[in-house]
Amino acid sequence: MRSQATALRSKDLLGIEPLSPEEISLILDTAEGFREVSERPIKKVPTLRGQLVINLFMEASTRTRVSFEIAEKRLSADTLSFSASGSSVEKGETLIDTAQNLMAMQPDMIVIRHRHPGSPKMLADLLPASIINAGDGAHEHPTQALLDAFTIREKFGRLAGVNVSIIGDIAHSRVVRSNIHLLTKMKANVTLAAPPTLMPAEIEKMGVRVVHSLDEALEGADVVMMLRIQLERQSKTTFPSLREYFNTFGLTPERLRRANDGAIVMHPGPMNRGVEISSDVADGPYSVILEQVTNGVAVRMAVLYLLAGGHLQES
Amino acid sequence: MKMKKRLLDGARLKRTIHRLSVEIVERNKGTENLVITGIRSRGVPIAERIVKHIKETEGVDVPLGILDITLYRDDLTTVAPQPLVKPSHFPCSIDDKIVVLVDDVLYTGRTVRAAFDALIDYGRPRAVQLAALIDRGHRELPIHADYTGQMVPTDRTEVIKVKLQETDGEDEVLLMEK
Amino acid sequence: MNLLISNGRVVDPSQNLDRAADVLIEDGLVAKIGPGLKAPKGVATIDAAGCIVIPGLVDLHTHLREPGQEHKETIRTGTEAAVAGGYTSVCAMANTTPPNDERPVTEMIVAEAQRNGVCRVYPIGAVSKGLAGLELSEMADLRGAGCVAFSDDGKPVTNSKLMRAALEYARMLGAPVIAHEEDAFLAEGAVMHEGYYSTLLGMKGAPAAGEEILTSRDIHLVELTGGRLHVAHLSTVGAIEAVRRAKSRGLAVTCEATPHHIALTDEAVQSFSTDLKMNPPLRSEAHRRALLEAIKDGTIDVIATDHAPHHPDEKRVEFDLAPFGVIGLETAFAVCHEVLVKSKTIKLAQLVDLMSTRPARTFNLPGGTLKPGSAGDVAVIDLDGATEFASFRSRSHNSPWRGRTLGTRVVATVVGGVVRFDGRPSPAVEGKSRPQAARARGARR
Repeated sequence: MRSQATALRSKDLLGIEPLSPEEISLILDTAEGFREVSERPIKKVPTLRGQLVINLFMEASTRTRVSFEIAEKRLSADTLSFSASGSSVEKGETLIDTAQNLMAMQPDMIVIRHRHPGSPKMLADLLPASIINAGDGAHEHPTQALLDAFTIREKFGRLAGVNVSIIGDIAHSRVVRSNIHLLTKMKANVTLAAPPTLMPAEIEKMGVRVVHSLDEALEGADVVMMLRIQLERQSKTTFPSLREYFNTFGLTPERLRRANDGAIVMHPGPMNRGVEISSDVADGPYSVILEQVTNGVAVRMAVLYLLAGGHLQES
Repeated sequence: MKMKKRLLDGARLKRTIHRLSVEIVERNKGTENLVITGIRSRGVPIAERIVKHIKETEGVDVPLGILDITLYRDDLTTVAPQPLVKPSHFPCSIDDKIVVLVDDVLYTGRTVRAAFDALIDYGRPRAVQLAALIDRGHRELPIHADYTGQMVPTDRTEVIKVKLQETDGEDEVLLMEK
Repeated sequence: MNLLISNGRVVDPSQNLDRAADVLIEDGLVAKIGPGLKAPKGVATIDAAGCIVIPGLVDLHTHLREPGQEHKETIRTGTEAAVAGGYTSVCAMANTTPPNDERPVTEMIVAEAQRNGVCRVYPIGAVSKGLAGLELSEMADLRGAGCVAFSDDGKPVTNSKLMRAALEYARMLGAPVIAHEEDAFLAEGAVMHEGYYSTLLGMKGAPAAGEEILTSRDIHLVELTGGRLHVAHLSTVGAIEAVRRAKSRGLAVTCEATPHHIALTDEAVQSFSTDLKMNPPLRSEAHRRALLEAIKDGTIDVIATDHAPHHPDEKRVEFDLAPFGVIGLETAFAVCHEVLVKSKTIKLAQLVDLMSTRPARTFNLPGGTLKPGSAGDVAVIDLDGATEFASFRSRSHNSPWRGRTLGTRVVATVVGGVVRFDGRPSPAVEGKSRPQAARARGARR
């Protein structure tokens, strides 16, 4: 699978939806090159020297923020991270005012995590800096989908034709939306499984198969992607109890046998052990959960590198 | 672009690379501590051929390194489209080795400058030498080649096109006009 | 108060009129319609050649925001927006601060409208005290002060018992209850329509069923009480169907649709523009088509704007956080003409009926007709003109059509025989500019 694109068209990465398959391949191919950097004795290259990257995390995040920070530092960018708590946001400043204040510091890129969909686009429309969406509400989380795809491609050598089953809280998940966009663009087969109360309206129009049984979703799966049950976002009307959820949709080694030989288990984290996934599976031989984390740095380096570069001109 | 002149045909290209191999071994009084390192992309097959020729003539397996200098370029934010980043690779440590960098065309010297930076991130060689198939002049940095296949005085509007069996399906070096 | 509008094409559905004629207004009332009328001495003339001359538009659903939210709109700016859009009457919703749930508030609105308004303003009283949905407001007192209908608009009346009482009590007063139909539990936290696009955008959606449930409930309550129900901003297939059935059974149910629900769908929300956030939300194409069908077959009685101004600062936030509502008075006719008449869905006379004659009749208001003896409320509109909506007379500019150019132009709006909006080009010959506001003020006696 060779990429034909040689640069990204947009100054921003707001989601997977606007990307072409060629652009997705370009990011994944570029990430291959970056993974080697993390394996060197000196894990740093001067590529983004002198560029300022601001990490604006308006919603709690550890994994994604740390991953971005490592990626930025390995590319020698100057980085500045701050979160909503303890900042002017708590004093009632609007997102636009926050962003314009940050822009006065002339950052080259802003990585933003925010709980409201569309906020990265708001910044992108307003600011000359490159905006990278690190998760906006239940809308998109493009770098997570890219690192998931990178991991799948590494295991299977391709994305086309791979059967990916995504199980869990589909309704509240930005990861699943970005993954659906990416996997369907790359011609993988996507199946979603969740109780109907966690399945958003008309999602089958995104080109996926929808089932309401874990066993049915596991049958023939090459990749089993478990989503976190977002305990903080559930009300008592979405499912009766965690116990019942685990009994109907929790992944155990026994149930995993229905999947294809060589199937892998993924989870974007953080996991709720004993809710959506048993520890036997999470720590088991099929789990690539920690590889996902490692690949996340390479993928984010690739994104930073591609967005930092010159933009396509007529030659 | 139109072709102005064929600088090297397949046979001459082969002889030139053989000559470079011989000079490298001669200058270093053997093959001990040598690491032949190709700069991506067309430096790599040339380095491979040098390693192969040394093996044939000296009977020694000289380690082959691959160096990708994309991340060390000084023009990243202005070039477009961006070069695809690929991994670098060394089969052994380069500490205290004699690293011979191999590239197809030596021009401004900026690629070699980037290669020095990249190399330093992998270790501390005893010496770094440079082999270029074509030296076309117009240096912008104080850099010279230790081994040169052919000196070609050029105009800045001209382009040197190196074609190799491995990457382009045929061996030849052309002088083109933009 | 005397005016001759000459050479226009008079379109008045109240008397099945569509022909070239002049309209003479005397003492604020329509005096004569006919060809070749002469202006009496000293009476000004508007040359309406190439334009339509129609009874002034009547909006049953306007948020004027005064008292209490004057940073969004005032009676002055809201009525100036109205006449700029061809409206001569607007009904002011009760959700002001304080809400219009007591006689002094109604009196303040009426007085301010007389003092500073440039079109007729009819207050709508609150159904419940403080719009809290718990106890009835003093509806008779409000009616006495000038309220023409009752509504807690902005919020549904969740309590069925209170809604029953409101319908019964308002029936005694000969006034309709205007219902904002939305199941509050199903719509909890929703910022847009629930469907493919809410799923795609990861936003909380309000299902169409929520509107249908409450519409059906209220129709059952009309049957129970014999009251008069007017369903505000209808937006779903099921609610339309419920109203259609109610009408076929002869129940006293009327309804309205907004220009934005007729013209736009939830697909547009992909831009995350907060000027597309309103309640009820933009629905899917299937719902929009059902609205067009209901307009064609007469199920929809009225086009009403739900003009809901919000200050730019309030709208310049994340979609989730922005307040619901868009302005509509200035764009309504242009949008509806484009979507309904140019597309040949309905005829021009039907559009005038939907935006003027039937609204007036539905709430029993003066206007909506050019019959001699009726109010001299007239709009003169150039159907071949164009209006660029770069700025608005409304104090707010939260319009989906901001920056767009639409293909009609209001040439003049006349209220009670007085020109309250003059969109005619300035006579360059005289070398004098005539700013709109100055003229409107000058005309105010």
